[in-house]
Amino acid sequence: MSRLLAVAALLLMPGWAEAHAFPDHSEPRVGHTVEASPPAVRIWFDGRIEPVFSTIRVEDAERRRVDKGDSHVDPADRKLLEVGLPPLPPGRYRVFWSVVARDGHRTQGDFAFRVK
Amino acid sequence: MRGKSLLACACVLALVLAASRPALAHGLIGKRFFPATLATDDPFVADELSLPTVSYLKLRGTDEAPPTKQIDLSAEFSKRLSPDLGISLGGTFTILDPDGGSAVTGFDNLEISAKYVFFKSPAHELLLALGLSWDVGGIGSKKVDAESFDTWTPQLFFGKGFGDLPDQLELMKPFAVTGAFGLAVPSRVHTKTFETDEDGNVDVKKPLNPTVFQWGGSIQYNLQYLQSYVRDIGLPAPINRMIPVVEFALETPLDGRDAGRTTGTVNPGVIWFGRYFQLGIEAVIPVNRDVSKNIGALAQIHFYLDDILPQVFTWTPFHGVLGPTQPQ
Repeated sequence: MSRLLAVAALLLMPGWAEAHAFPDHSEPRVGHTVEASPPAVRIWFDGRIEPVFSTIRVEDAERRRVDKGDSHVDPADRKLLEVGLPPLPPGRYRVFWSVVARDGHRTQGDFAFRVK
Repeated sequence: MRGKSLLACACVLALVLAASRPALAHGLIGKRFFPATLATDDPFVADELSLPTVSYLKLRGTDEAPPTKQIDLSAEFSKRLSPDLGISLGGTFTILDPDGGSAVTGFDNLEISAKYVFFKSPAHELLLALGLSWDVGGIGSKKVDAESFDTWTPQLFFGKGFGDLPDQLELMKPFAVTGAFGLAVPSRVHTKTFETDEDGNVDVKKPLNPTVFQWGGSIQYNLQYLQSYVRDIGLPAPINRMIPVVEFALETPLDGRDAGRTTGTVNPGVIWFGRYFQLGIEAVIPVNRDVSKNIGALAQIHFYLDDILPQVFTWTPFHGVLGPTQPQ
């Protein structure tokens, strides 16, 4: 029982242990169509991420990179990863991200959105 | 023999007190997360602890025994020895409560297993592994029918996510399947038993210990995969971390009087996974009435030790500290 309590305590200690960071939500929303070109792609994760090793890029349907190349973690919100976008013509775009949680756990993924 | 039994008993006690039945792993391949399934094993190796796994099923009566409620309390500890090789120790405490009789309790045999992942394809979310399980006979309690002989089970595992389907089938992408196939070979072909009747006559019986083909797996639909990689349908927490699952845990004796007769269960349920642990609950539905005509239940708390304390639990003898299970 004491070991169980110890484990429970570890799980509840904020900042002591960090695990894989998974996306919580994003703008534009995963798989959705937006009415106009969004100014940026933003992904909020379920844990703090490491700025130096967390990246995001956006490609069009021809796999050409279209983002501004200014991928960064928001200094005021270490769960937010974003990249600026120029005005995008209507079409389908895919976002690729790779993040490292604060203790070195890496996760990666991708999703699509469409501009009307 | 005595030394072997003592050693094994010590391991069982250590497992029950400090750590963790079938080897159940969790893992990432590409962007696909596979949870640890409750009734069957998956192909991953990981540093993890299932404590406890609780199962309940009322067994049908036979000519020799009344209908009996069976409750199993299991624990399992799994440890990676290298990025692709892992071992597991599992123990089960069994409670048998027959209708009209008094309950009996005892430990089942210790189970030791090893697994090696020999193929990974992150792009296709595909993983293949080989395993070997050793049911250490003679150390469990005869009161709960623990076998007096060893059983060796070579195994083949696979896991496959469907994230590589074309975009026209995007709502199918969160699906994944796992499979586990094993051949349980007893170390003793016959078990000799002696029974003495009222007249003092001794009856010697030598029932066959069958070789059993064990097969099963799971079908999963990962709602986190749907939300994060396919389509955000606005699922709130905690539903956005749930994986509806149907498991199949079946076995078919290859010899003996029950040769070819498949028994087992189909287990629909749901698994929720967090950052450090997962919770799972399933109904246990027998595929036929050979074992039971009732529906049972299975529940588990499973800790991701490699995420909780990576510097401690992911240490390996030849590869140092591995860190948590990473996407491959």
